[in-house]
Amino acid sequence: MAMKKLNPVGTKDGILLSGNEAVALGAYEAGVKVASAYPGTPSTEILETLCTYEGIYSEWAPNEKVALEVALGACFAGVRALATMKHVGLNVAADPLFTSAYTGVRGGLVIVTADDPEMHSSQNEQDNRNYAFAAKVPMLEPSDPAEAKEFVKIAYTLSEEFDTPVLLRTTTRIAHVKGIVTTGAVIPAAVTPGIEKIPQKFVMLPAHARKRRQELEKRMGILREFAETFPENRIEWGDRKKGFITSGVSYLYVKEAFPGASVLKLGMAYPFPERLITSFASEVEELFIVEELDPFIELHVKAMGVKCRGKEVIPSTGELNSRIVRNAVSGDGQELPFEPVQIPMRPPNLCPGCPHRGIFYAISKLGVFVAGDIGCYTLAALKPLSSMDSCVCMGASIGTAFGMEKALGKDALGKIVAVIGDSTFMHSGITGLIDVVYNRGFTTVVVLDNRTTGMTGHQPNPSTGVTISGDYTTAVDIEALCRGIGVKNVRTVNPHDIPATLKVLKEEVNRQRENALGARRVSSSAAPRSNGSR
Amino acid sequence: MKASGSVLLCGVGGQGILLASEITSYALLGAGFDVKKSEVHGMAQRGGSVVAHLRYGEKVYSPLIEAGTAGIEVAFEMLEALRYLTFLNRQSRVILNTQRILPAPVASGSEKYPDDVLDQLRERGLSVFPVDAFETARSLGENRAVNMVLVGALSVFLPVDEGIFLEVIGKRVPQKFRKVNREAFLQGKEIVKTIQEVEK
Repeated sequence: MAMKKLNPVGTKDGILLSGNEAVALGAYEAGVKVASAYPGTPSTEILETLCTYEGIYSEWAPNEKVALEVALGACFAGVRALATMKHVGLNVAADPLFTSAYTGVRGGLVIVTADDPEMHSSQNEQDNRNYAFAAKVPMLEPSDPAEAKEFVKIAYTLSEEFDTPVLLRTTTRIAHVKGIVTTGAVIPAAVTPGIEKIPQKFVMLPAHARKRRQELEKRMGILREFAETFPENRIEWGDRKKGFITSGVSYLYVKEAFPGASVLKLGMAYPFPERLITSFASEVEELFIVEELDPFIELHVKAMGVKCRGKEVIPSTGELNSRIVRNAVSGDGQELPFEPVQIPMRPPNLCPGCPHRGIFYAISKLGVFVAGDIGCYTLAALKPLSSMDSCVCMGASIGTAFGMEKALGKDALGKIVAVIGDSTFMHSGITGLIDVVYNRGFTTVVVLDNRTTGMTGHQPNPSTGVTISGDYTTAVDIEALCRGIGVKNVRTVNPHDIPATLKVLKEEVNRQRENALGARRVSSSAAPRSNGSR
Repeated sequence: MKASGSVLLCGVGGQGILLASEITSYALLGAGFDVKKSEVHGMAQRGGSVVAHLRYGEKVYSPLIEAGTAGIEVAFEMLEALRYLTFLNRQSRVILNTQRILPAPVASGSEKYPDDVLDQLRERGLSVFPVDAFETARSLGENRAVNMVLVGALSVFLPVDEGIFLEVIGKRVPQKFRKVNREAFLQGKEIVKTIQEVEK
């Protein structure tokens, strides 16, 4: 049995899987051989599930760019490959994404982007459908776990048939929704693994790239035509007074709010089936576009000269739900039976025994500007620690601290500290630190090494010495790495010893040399997994 | 046409809400319903407020319960029962674990924990079923069985046979915790049955 960890309970009609588990099952049934990812809510459980299947190489990459490059390489070698990430991860992986559209694939390549409307656990709510348009890559958009599984399989077929990477976009309400999924047959890949040298396809120097650029336009034309008859772009006819064009989870809200209406459901978010849209629009009296976040479908439909209503009634921010859709479209809102009551908030906390408490308590005594980063430790921005003053994106702490230092010159001495977690440092902190060393900064960088990727659920990372499967591996030595880059003062403190930590911090923030301070303490609640523990 | 309904489960990260909603989903699935359940991971794991939406019926589209329409709220913690009040209506039932877990702003003294949660719920006309799930679980020698006490209490209002629940618990809970979890389930069910008897 290949599915070691899947839920053992189910009926003949199916098993209950989350969207993420369903994507993993879809990848398994599509015969994926290599999968790479960096953890990020709401995408994390895809690889956590996939790594329990036999016959698939799964890994945590240091960041999403590497994850996509690994998947791309695997597809060059002729196997089906998967890269998964949260929405902001695709920003990091955007570089290989755009050019992989030029190279195309050998084995199928699918990139899952899990977007987070409402920012349940994210710093922004960007709409990654825009990447499909910008990178000229087809995108599929399932509505629930059952579709998520099927769409992954379809995506691999499309990828190989049209020689293109395929994006699959989920959102939190697909990734973290559980629904009934049926298992299916494993489909064979169309390509034979092996090395093939095809420089005009794989070497994107300008002369080759210009030719592939033409191929890319041609391919998009073929895909537009394909979209017209793609079965997952489907019309569900009902009452023709109101017609809805929608995709993803928004489709479910439309079905709930207007069960009798006519709906054009776009299973392929990009490119658009223009003739299908035009014919649907002509058959309904009033056309609404219901989509979360950006007016992605709406702008396209309007550019076609088709009259419709979208963001003038449907909110552009946050998640939708059936109530929002009903009220927005019908223009009236029923009052709720109960008003919200004022009660104390319940913000999340750092884990019991977390070493970050000690270091942030010590840092709070310095009265410095704390350039922060992405992770559990971002919670230090909240009371009672209140010791983080900026947080932008993965790895930004070091660059922003260094930029402030260059802006203020000597006046910055003793006034700025960058803090970054171990996994975030591996992800994209190292290059920032190289900038500090190279350009003669005196920035104090505190690496908060609790030996785990905490926020996303305690995944191992390259500095922990453990792989996604729980096997032991070489651990990147953070102190040695910093010294290797050229950082002169690397000091390691135990943040549970607050007086000693504070003493070291005071010495370092006032030192006019480049610094990197490692705050290392293995957290009892966040110990890395050992071999065989899962 | 089959019955349909919705259950909103809320509480504090670490109370076993996701497992409780999982077991309930499987039981409904076993009883032949379509089921969708929505939850949010990430920030909620750190002792924050956790909520899971569960909907069942012949065919379920939206994974989210619409505000004002939850049939049942299972509050694993008193304060959390109030936090999701807008999902309820006057016909909603509230299964209320009488446990209090102080949120950080209360623990640090900057805010006050309301001492009239039960009254606030009752004065809105809601049918409240208070269950001391922590004490029940503790008396069984397994504090972590709080969630199963509440699943038992919830089961009284769901169109699912007890046997299906017990079977699902048997499959979803590790061998050495099966007996205590089944017992917790049965006791939770009994507590609500007793309340119903008294109110008759």
